Amino acid sequence: MAKLRVTLRVNGEEREALIEPQATLLEVLREDLELTGTKHGCELGECGACTVLIDGTPVISCLALGRACQEKDIRTVEGMADPEPHALQTAFAELGAAQCGYCTPGFLLTAEALLEEKSEPTRDDIKDALAGNLCRCTGYIKIYEAVELAAARMRGENAQPTQEAIYGQQ
Amino acid sequence: MASSESRGADALRIVGTPQTKIDAVSKVTGRTLFADDLKLPRMLFAKILRSPHPHARLTRIDVSKALEAPGVKAIITGADLPIPFGILPVSQDEHVLAPDQVRFVGDPVAAVAALTEDQALVATKLIEVDYELLDTIKSINDGLTKTTPLIHDYGDKDNIHKLINLEFGDVEEGFEEADHVREDVFFFEGNTHLPIEQHASLADWGADGKLTLWSSTQTPHYLHRAASKVLELSPAHLRVIACPNGGGFGGKSDPFSHEIAVCKLSMLTGRPVKISLTREEVFYCHRGRHPVLMSFKTGVDKNGRIKGMHLRTALDGGGYGSYGVASTYYTGALQTVTYEMERYKFQGARVFTNKVPCGPKRGHGTVQPRFGQEVQLDKIAVDLKLDPAEMRLQNLVKPDSTTANWLYVSTIGLGQCIEKVVDGSDWKTRYGKLPYGKGLGIACSSYLSGAGLPIYWNKMPHSGVQLKCDRGGGVTVFCGSTDIGQGSDSVLAYIVAEVLGLELVDIRVVTADTDLTPVDLGSYSSRVTLHTGNAAIEASEKIRDMIAQAVGDKLEVPAERIRLADRRAFDVEDPEVGVSFAEAIQITESSVGTVGSLGSYTPPRSPGRYRGAGVGPSAAYSYSAAIAEVDVDPETGFVSVPKIWIGHDIGRSLNPIAVMGQVEGGVYMGLGETLMEEMAYRENRNLMHRIPSMLDYKSPTTHEMSDVVTYLIEDPDPNGPFGAKEAGQGPLLPIMPAVANAVYDAVGVRVDEIPITPEKVLEAIRKKEQGKEGRYGPKEFPDVPWPEPAQVLPPWEGGDGRETDPPARKVK
Repeated sequence: MAKLRVTLRVNGEEREALIEPQATLLEVLREDLELTGTKHGCELGECGACTVLIDGTPVISCLALGRACQEKDIRTVEGMADPEPHALQTAFAELGAAQCGYCTPGFLLTAEALLEEKSEPTRDDIKDALAGNLCRCTGYIKIYEAVELAAARMRGENAQPTQEAIYGQQ
Repeated sequence: MASSESRGADALRIVGTPQTKIDAVSKVTGRTLFADDLKLPRMLFAKILRSPHPHARLTRIDVSKALEAPGVKAIITGADLPIPFGILPVSQDEHVLAPDQVRFVGDPVAAVAALTEDQALVATKLIEVDYELLDTIKSINDGLTKTTPLIHDYGDKDNIHKLINLEFGDVEEGFEEADHVREDVFFFEGNTHLPIEQHASLADWGADGKLTLWSSTQTPHYLHRAASKVLELSPAHLRVIACPNGGGFGGKSDPFSHEIAVCKLSMLTGRPVKISLTREEVFYCHRGRHPVLMSFKTGVDKNGRIKGMHLRTALDGGGYGSYGVASTYYTGALQTVTYEMERYKFQGARVFTNKVPCGPKRGHGTVQPRFGQEVQLDKIAVDLKLDPAEMRLQNLVKPDSTTANWLYVSTIGLGQCIEKVVDGSDWKTRYGKLPYGKGLGIACSSYLSGAGLPIYWNKMPHSGVQLKCDRGGGVTVFCGSTDIGQGSDSVLAYIVAEVLGLELVDIRVVTADTDLTPVDLGSYSSRVTLHTGNAAIEASEKIRDMIAQAVGDKLEVPAERIRLADRRAFDVEDPEVGVSFAEAIQITESSVGTVGSLGSYTPPRSPGRYRGAGVGPSAAYSYSAAIAEVDVDPETGFVSVPKIWIGHDIGRSLNPIAVMGQVEGGVYMGLGETLMEEMAYRENRNLMHRIPSMLDYKSPTTHEMSDVVTYLIEDPDPNGPFGAKEAGQGPLLPIMPAVANAVYDAVGVRVDEIPITPEKVLEAIRKKEQGKEGRYGPKEFPDVPWPEPAQVLPPWEGGDGRETDPPARKVK
């Protein structure tokens, strides 16, 4: 099949690529645009690792066609640090919410969309928002704590990790 | 190595305080390069053709049509790589590509390299293979009883891969002395690691006649050995680099077919070749938790003190050996290190079946029997009308003691773990008193901080660390260890920075590269913190002493008064007198030449001398206690676990926040295994994996995960670096039995099988309502042709750790 020339707007940059017509957005990002920060865990829409934002909404990029994402704003983990890491990225690093770090980009973007919608999410809001992303390392707890920490800082609070998060219950 | 401990906790600046891991920012910004993120000029892509049959003889393989397909550059089959390999020296039973027989659905048969991944995939479908189907060995029972067909031509008996029979004292005498004896049978279904990263590898045959392999592996050193053997390439000409692993949990610890296949394809084509497995293929790599059927016969006195325990285990090994011999020993190794046990007998059997090979998963081999042991203890406590927490507390192993099977326990913080979770959960007022449907359950466990012996026995160190100091004040650490997300790279930085008085940012860490780094055996058996940590302390202290001497001479201050802190070397009695660390390196270099050092670590020799004594010893055992709170819906059998309290004896936290992450992650993975995860097979002739996808292989999402209250117990172990023990595996172990015991507290039924699914709970409740035993689980342990037992007397019976001479054996 003849290749297709597409123009994608990724992290605010216009990027041209010559892609296979059937290429998924995940493949275009990773293989054509060399944005390998977006990861794959199944390529079947099951794990959430490849989540990116399209016009602000979390989308599983392995189930989206690259050609269908033209004229949209695509945001990947590489776009979150500008160049200073986003509050979510800082909190994830600080709390060890990224262990192996492989599922992390998907979690970060999903959480960013949540915080865009709700600046003060409850623990249940966070669980609901992140229920489509699998993490095998953390048990999700450090991820919840990191989202809460980042949310507080984004609201202008001088928040720090809790003693329980760092040292456990005394 | 103990000297840094003696410096005293108050002097520590980095160890024990929360640190951001050195690779964390790279990971959260998407800059960490995992194996599949790598790309080289002229790179080809590989695909593997796998067997669709569980057991068959290969009668013909024809690649001619596939070779003509567009883009295809090379195809290899079993004939191209005839040398067998395997992780254990005693089980060299795998081939990169099956030469004549396939042993499970997914067994690799041929590999293709092409210009694109799609072209490689198309070509695999053009390879013609004729199979002559063989009968299958489907189960533990098949493996124990069927003598044809044979899956392998080696093993202890027919399709039985391994048989173990060890007796430490006369357990029958223990049962006679006991006030109460119980026998219980349990089953633990297999489950898999499910790392989010699919395995990937990239090989590049260089113009210099040397091969480089990048791979998502936890054990680059063992991969290096296996690949060089199969490829008939000098290890000196093969460089293995382990990329950061996107989760391992034991699933990336075997040398894998695809890793060696891309090496061969690169050597044939002279081009880089990459492979990235599909999620379905990751299920075929597996090497995870063995399904284990087990029987515990335990005799106790009226206080629950164990007079004798007889454990039998039968493991469904799948199609190849993998770590299986070690796994089998591990099912019987650690029963003795938690509660005092006067006599102990262990019999273990592993059978080959035509299923995906099993191997190590977090807690390797000790998880399944820990479930059985802790549930049986709960039953004993109920029988004796003792509080299960109190009964455990009364019978703990003492520190600085040796167990019946000759394991030396240096420190044990389990008592404090139990006390913390008992207080935190309000156990004393709530256990046994909650309304129907709600329950609490307790269980304890222990795990190794590193295996005491390497996989292939030798006298070389288990871990090596090399330091290089530069004149600008930076230090580079070289170590073969592999960061799989647990933070092992950071551990090296914490320790070097601590000893040399530097900040983490001053330390550059180079790891997991067989060309550049001294050998570390790999990320398995929770060994890395203790082993590499001690090696790093030794190397750092050498540098510290060199600097103290040279700077002391220069400043005319005795060397023993020189301290390193705040990026300075100074006189401890007059801190104004000193130089910057960079100047200190320059002074030292002027005095003695290039400043570098080496450190290495070998764990202490275990007192056990019997055959099999190599599995179980560790420099230090970690301990955990957990209490689970469950809600059981008696209408549906559905179990939810709203909260878990866990105490973990960490020795000392090098970085508490990283330890918390390991504990919470262990609880999570344990919970998934408890409630839903299983490697199930279709019961038809094809023995297909039933669920090779992440949608159908259920694992906990945010909605299933419990709240976790963690207590870190710090009781520094003299063998640990700064007193540290492991955290990566131990906290998983108590979860399954704690939940099972809580289910009993909630609805009065026993599910003696993992996972505890709603169907099983419901069936047990129905049976109870019908007046039958309220239990779901296996009924009996099969007959096994055990060999004569090796008899080893426990230390208190005058043993010396060796098998008693055959003539001295008791005749029963």
